[in-house]
Amino acid sequence: MLVDIATMAQGDFPEPMTGLTLMHYLMTSGLLFALGLVGFVTRRNLIIMFLCTELMFQAAGIALIAFSRFHLNHTGETFVIFVLTIAAAEAALALALVVLLFRRKETLDASSWAELRG
Amino acid sequence: MTSGLDMLTPLADLIGSGALAAPPAGEKAAGAVHGDIGAWVMAIPFLPLLGSLLCVLCAIFKVKSKLPAWITVAGLAGAFVAAFVMFQQTTGADGGSQWAVAKAFDWINFQWGSEGQALVANFSFYVDSLTCLWMLFVTGLATLIALYASEYMSHDKGPGYCRFFFAFNLFVFSMACLVMGDNLLLLFLGWEGVGLCSYLLIGYFYKKESAVAAAKKAFIMNRIGDLGLSLGVMLTFVHFGTLEYAQLFHDPEMFPKYLALAQAGDFASIPWQVELIPILLAVGAFGKSAQFPLYVWLPDAMEGPTPVSALIHAATMVTAGVYLVARFLPVFAANQAALGLVILIGAFTALLSATIAMRQYDIKRIMAYSTVSQLGYMFVGVAVLAPSGGAFHVFTHAFFKATLFLCCGAVMHGFAGQLDLRKLSGVMSMKGWLIVSLAMLVGCLNLAGVPFTAGYFSKDMILAESFVNGHAIAGWVLLITAGLTAYYTFRVFFRVFVGPTHAEPGEDLHPHEGESMEEAKANFHAHAPGWAINLVLGILLVGSILVAFLYPMHWADDMIATSTAGGIGAGDHTGTVLGMDPHKVMYYVSAVFGVTGILIAAFLHGPKGLWSLGIGNRSEAETSRADALVPKVGPVAHLAERKWLVDELYHATIAMPLRVIAHISHALDRLLVDGLVNLFGWLPRLFGRTIRPAQNGLLHSYAIRMVGGVGVVVLLVVLVTLL
Repeated sequence: MLVDIATMAQGDFPEPMTGLTLMHYLMTSGLLFALGLVGFVTRRNLIIMFLCTELMFQAAGIALIAFSRFHLNHTGETFVIFVLTIAAAEAALALALVVLLFRRKETLDASSWAELRG
Repeated sequence: MTSGLDMLTPLADLIGSGALAAPPAGEKAAGAVHGDIGAWVMAIPFLPLLGSLLCVLCAIFKVKSKLPAWITVAGLAGAFVAAFVMFQQTTGADGGSQWAVAKAFDWINFQWGSEGQALVANFSFYVDSLTCLWMLFVTGLATLIALYASEYMSHDKGPGYCRFFFAFNLFVFSMACLVMGDNLLLLFLGWEGVGLCSYLLIGYFYKKESAVAAAKKAFIMNRIGDLGLSLGVMLTFVHFGTLEYAQLFHDPEMFPKYLALAQAGDFASIPWQVELIPILLAVGAFGKSAQFPLYVWLPDAMEGPTPVSALIHAATMVTAGVYLVARFLPVFAANQAALGLVILIGAFTALLSATIAMRQYDIKRIMAYSTVSQLGYMFVGVAVLAPSGGAFHVFTHAFFKATLFLCCGAVMHGFAGQLDLRKLSGVMSMKGWLIVSLAMLVGCLNLAGVPFTAGYFSKDMILAESFVNGHAIAGWVLLITAGLTAYYTFRVFFRVFVGPTHAEPGEDLHPHEGESMEEAKANFHAHAPGWAINLVLGILLVGSILVAFLYPMHWADDMIATSTAGGIGAGDHTGTVLGMDPHKVMYYVSAVFGVTGILIAAFLHGPKGLWSLGIGNRSEAETSRADALVPKVGPVAHLAERKWLVDELYHATIAMPLRVIAHISHALDRLLVDGLVNLFGWLPRLFGRTIRPAQNGLLHSYAIRMVGGVGVVVLLVVLVTLL
């Protein structure tokens, strides 16, 4: 299965996007996701960490659109539009939460909140 | 009374006239009981039951007046009237066995098997003259003592008052079930019921540690006896297939068959089961009636309020064992060994407790040991096949012992709980104590067996019959006991009621405000009994004298002759006393023993002057002659004072080993059982403690672990697909 995916990723896009393979997009998506993940794990600032999660989100979206275009199937693109809408709403909510958290402790350091320690 | 009967009308309708069932097997019994007595019979147990329910209502509505006492007195008086009507209707002119069964309702009715096996125990009452004899004094004395208690308990008006009269009523109900029940299961219910009420009332002062201990002691000692009784009931059912008296006593295949065999001297034909029944029943009787070795609870039971001691622990409940033996005399007669056991235990207990009573100082305890001793007489009476003597002694003893206890109670009530005869003297010459002192004198004369008192006659019946029926040793033991009884009885009278006036208050003394304990003692004035106590003692004083007139009327003989215990006496009268006919000579012999005892008491304890017949010399509360005598008697006197160390013996041989076992079991329980349970609780906690640090609440560490987890899963998938 893994080999099948690798073979498929070498394949060209259908016309008119000649010269680009699925692999290019998947690599972009993967890099973006890795950036987000590393940022999320290493940074302490809540806002930065939240931005990193958005980054990972968009990486997944790019992969979805790439597959969608590759298969000439619009389901993936439609899905990403929905995800974007929801992500926008969720971003508003998350930033509001961050503001509230900041008001409570006057800091954005994620390690300040460890009340759920066992 | 009228209202109580109105309440019962539905019940009376229910049982109707037909429910006074003509007995199935008794041709001679049918129609022997006159008229329709069903409603009267029902009133005896159910009026007290109604009273106890009303006392519960009083407790619920927080009644603070003497209402519970008046309810009780009214209900019990109604029961007494009913018992009297029952007695009038039952003892007719025609002789022979007269009995009837009055049914209230179905109670237990199990049927099984293909051959019609059944266990039937109705809530119905067996009425014959033995029942009447018992219920007359139970209800009569209960009424009087309830009236007495209305004043005696008046310090406790409120919840305690309601609780007291609730248990009092429940006791009379249980006693009625015990005596009147027409089957052994109803008897057992009543037996346990009176035990429960006894427990509740001994422990009435539940904040007092000794009272609680005494209540437990009484209850546990009775359990031992009850084991015997319940085994006896079971064996009766197993062997005879029924528990109903109507069949047991009147079916020619049951008790009458074995009684006939026994009277013919053919003991070999009686199966061992039938011979075992009386022994088991006797164990039950010894527990309830406080006979050796199960008597030690009764003296301790004096922790209860005095009316309770008078009614339950002197007059009525403790005679239940005698009733059991008298009722089942036909089956006792079938086993000579059982009769011998009862005689042996009865005579030994009578002597033992009389010796203890001689050296006690607490007047209530003296009366308690005297009760144990007199119960021994009663057992000997029924077991030498002279049930009329035993039953008559139960009857007379109920009156004079209730009188004595109520006099002690009046003294205790008036002198702030003082019961020590060394600290009281000359009560009779104090103002307002004349009736109490005269009642005490009459009671003492009865107990000492002074000629022409009721106690003298009933004791003589037992003594003479034990010689007549060939139990001369028991007879001599009881004669000696009679002398000792006269001594310890008049020791109390001479020291407490006559002589120089002296009174120290007891431990219930409460100083008034701004008064020290010493001042309170110095200012102490006894308060003389009020109208209720004086009225009851006056009635009992007259009653105790009048009971003696029943003897020349041969009342007890007639009552027993028409009951199930009738016609059992031994045929050949062979025994003699000093070579003469016991019945003729006993009047003089026992009088000599009684009067000698009184004279010794007068010499040792009597004050100067007329009241101790001119031979006493006591001039203060303490007595010099008796005290001087004690060292000369040596260790015997000391041992008697320590109650022959029986309590200590029981403590060392039974209580201590049990306590050690209890401690060992407790340790095992704590280490082994609790340890195992705690281990299973502790293991998950230990596990939790090791993995709990992972949950550190830090977002980053969760994230890293999640990434690591996903990485591991991806790595695994890759490896699995590649390999």
